[in-house]
Amino acid sequence: MTAALVFLGAMVGAPLRYLADRAVQSRHDTLFPWGTLAVNVLGSLVLGGLTAAGSVLPPAVSAVAAVGFCGALTTYSTFGYETLRLAEDEAYFYAALNVVVSVLASVGAALLGRAAVLAVLG
Amino acid sequence: MANETAEARIPAHRRRFTRSQGVVLLVIALGGGLGAVSRYGILRWLPTAPGHFPWATFAINVLGCLLIGVLMVLITEVWTAHPLVRPFLGVGVLGGFTTFSTYAVEFDELLRPGGVVVAAAYLAGTLVCALLAVLLGVAVTRWAVSRKES
Repeated sequence: MTAALVFLGAMVGAPLRYLADRAVQSRHDTLFPWGTLAVNVLGSLVLGGLTAAGSVLPPAVSAVAAVGFCGALTTYSTFGYETLRLAEDEAYFYAALNVVVSVLASVGAALLGRAAVLAVLG
Repeated sequence: MANETAEARIPAHRRRFTRSQGVVLLVIALGGGLGAVSRYGILRWLPTAPGHFPWATFAINVLGCLLIGVLMVLITEVWTAHPLVRPFLGVGVLGGFTTFSTYAVEFDELLRPGGVVVAAAYLAGTLVCALLAVLLGVAVTRWAVSRKES
């Protein structure tokens, strides 16, 4: 049952990542993988909030939204591959920037999501 | 990126069929679902106690990075893959399997008094091992292919 809910959430998260990546990438003619960065930061923000609200949420919502949707919206494999591609293209600065910005922005977004939900819940 | 050159070698009638966004999105959705359920299974099998190193997510992200390295060499340098292979396996299965959001949230949760060392080890350890895994996947696949061809 829970696995089915995870599947459903991911069925929304994964295509949304693809669409967001295409939308962002078509507006920025650059080597830098803005699309993946955007979904990773957004997904971390939402998951930070959902985790903080964890005890208030029904387990079904956590399965769909946290494990399924946020997990599938964000990706480590594409982040890793895109970083390697930048390094292979000798765009070392972009590769390093991608690593630093992805990690700091996602961690910051997760903290922000958590703080926002805790503030609302009181 | 490099897949566009592989895509250009696909016959036009097949290209038209697979270009339809609906099919691509469906394939990504199914792959993403499979990847996420696999991740959920591993997380259930190897639960992380609060304050401890999240080995399950670590293993998931490192394994996913190794596999994307193998996959991308195979479909961009070795075979002319069907245009739905990358959406299904790369964007879908591996994208749904690996997760950046869980990584970020687990780091934040470890970042409590007394947990800073584990948090830092998790943040840097995942990063280093995942990037090395992509590199390893790419290098080993290229090596195996060149050995087979020579």
